[in-house]
Amino acid sequence: MQPFTYVRPDTLEQALHEAAEPGASVLAGGTTMVDLMRGDLAAPRRVVDIGHLPGLSEIDLSGPVLRFGALARMADAAEDAALKRDYPALAESLQLAASQQLRNAATLGGNLLQRTRCPYFRNGVSACNKRVPGSGCSALDGEDREMALFGISDACVANYPGDWGTALAAFDTAVEIRSAAASRTVPLANFHVAYGDDPARETVLEQGEIVTAITVRATPAGRGSTYAKVRDRQSYAYALVSAAVALEMDGDTVASARVSLGGVASKPWRSAEAEAVLTGATLTEAAGLRAGEAAFAGARPGRHNAFKVELGRRVVARAALTASRRA
Amino acid sequence: MQTLDVTLDVNGRTHSLQLDPRTTLLDALREHLGLTGTKVGCNHGTCGSCTVHVDGRRQLACLVLAASAAGRAVRTIEGLAAADGTPHPMQAAFVAHDALQCGYCTPGQIMSAVSCVEEGHARTDDEIREYMSGNLCRCAAYPNIVAAIADVARAA
Ligand SMILES: Cc1cc2nc3c(=O)[nH]c(=O)nc-3n(C[C@H](O)[C@H](O)[C@H](O)COP(=O)(O)OP(=O)(O)OC[C@H]3O[C@@H](n4cnc5c(N)ncnc54)[C@H](O)[C@@H]3O)c2cc1C
Ligand code: FES
Ligand code: FES
Repeated sequence: MQPFTYVRPDTLEQALHEAAEPGASVLAGGTTMVDLMRGDLAAPRRVVDIGHLPGLSEIDLSGPVLRFGALARMADAAEDAALKRDYPALAESLQLAASQQLRNAATLGGNLLQRTRCPYFRNGVSACNKRVPGSGCSALDGEDREMALFGISDACVANYPGDWGTALAAFDTAVEIRSAAASRTVPLANFHVAYGDDPARETVLEQGEIVTAITVRATPAGRGSTYAKVRDRQSYAYALVSAAVALEMDGDTVASARVSLGGVASKPWRSAEAEAVLTGATLTEAAGLRAGEAAFAGARPGRHNAFKVELGRRVVARAALTASRRA
Repeated sequence: MQTLDVTLDVNGRTHSLQLDPRTTLLDALREHLGLTGTKVGCNHGTCGSCTVHVDGRRQLACLVLAASAAGRAVRTIEGLAAADGTPHPMQAAFVAHDALQCGYCTPGQIMSAVSCVEEGHARTDDEIREYMSGNLCRCAAYPNIVAAIADVARAA
């Protein structure tokens, strides 16, 4: 770990000023950040600990827009009774992520901003365009079983691992951002960036900006939603493939559908293709599988991860059937 | 390089330390306070052997900076037994069920298990397995760990 100066501001305003210093990084729950620093994958000169800031941990589900404070803990959101009832996909995505110890520390804002678990990025030595731009991508001719199939480029095929971000992509979600000088709201779809030539850039967040909240437009489709996650083991593992599906039903017919995919893309990935197949369809297993097929039609598998195409087709189908029973 | 004055509240006692900001809570406990009951396993947040309670909730001491823990109440395995030395019911249950082999993961398992019951996440064996999945045991004492926790949960 490289040396740094530690500061713990008492107010958001102070934190925004500290975060604007060159070389500063914010620390929330620390469950990603401390590990990245220990591996020299992040080497901030100044660590601005925002974990204790007041007023940023509330979860408010009462209005036409749901608000999740950036510092709300994953465990608290996962066990929020109203969220479990009205937006099960969101609660499940958190419940199925990490472990209770991690969920107690990790924040909703930090979760959105977690970085890839690609071993070539994490090991600190392999060629990796994300870690050392221009050094190459070891996954292209290496072990790529866990890598992404969507939103990738010739420079990087690393996977976005977050479950919460994936589930949020199935809703009208926005990210509220503050800097010392301004505030802005960015739709989640534009918050993460798919890889182009510069896979080191993963979000539109600028130096000095702090995420203060995540908002979701309230929808009746929330009740008809689910998050399905398939892993190498039953618990405490990242998704091989996951899918969030949110439906509104008119009898057996799908009135509206939202579908997002995890474990398979460089960012939270919404599948308009699957949504188009589901909308207006009578929801049977066959219709679910057709939606899954549509979702993965544009996939770009590598050498060891083509299994995710068939697995993903079935995960989408399963999630669609579960969602329809709730809708 | 910055030296930080960090005041830690550990097992009800206050400690004033001068620390390199890079010091994790895990290192502060073990290297600075001599509380070596909390174990270093992976040091990456993956194994659970460093589990402690921070403000009453289980967390991983290897992923928390000591400076971030200042002002929080930290409880470690050393703080679990009663003042007269009587083991905590979870410690007694681990002994009764032989819920360990080498014992390396055990302090983390027990701290996690105490929370698991307190949280109300120990109603069935499946629920115990799910909520204890953050604690790995290389000796695979899992069946006996689940039995010990189920016992304490029934008594609670
Ligand atoms: C063993 C292990 C297993 C895991 N399994 C899963 C899993 O299955 N699914 C899953 O989704 N996640 C998983 N995680 C990841 C975990 O959920 C994240 O580490 C966590 O959510 C990050 O939140 P944090 O508050 O700890 O962030 P930090 O570590 O504090 O910060 C993460 C990043 O976000 C930035 N940041 C944080 N908050 C803000 C803010 N408000 N504004 C601007 N920037 C900010 C930081 O600068 C840093 O770059 C796992 C982690 C571990 C260690
Ligand atoms: S040492 Fe902290 S989780 Fe392994
Ligand atoms: S008893 Fe040996 S690791 Fe668990």
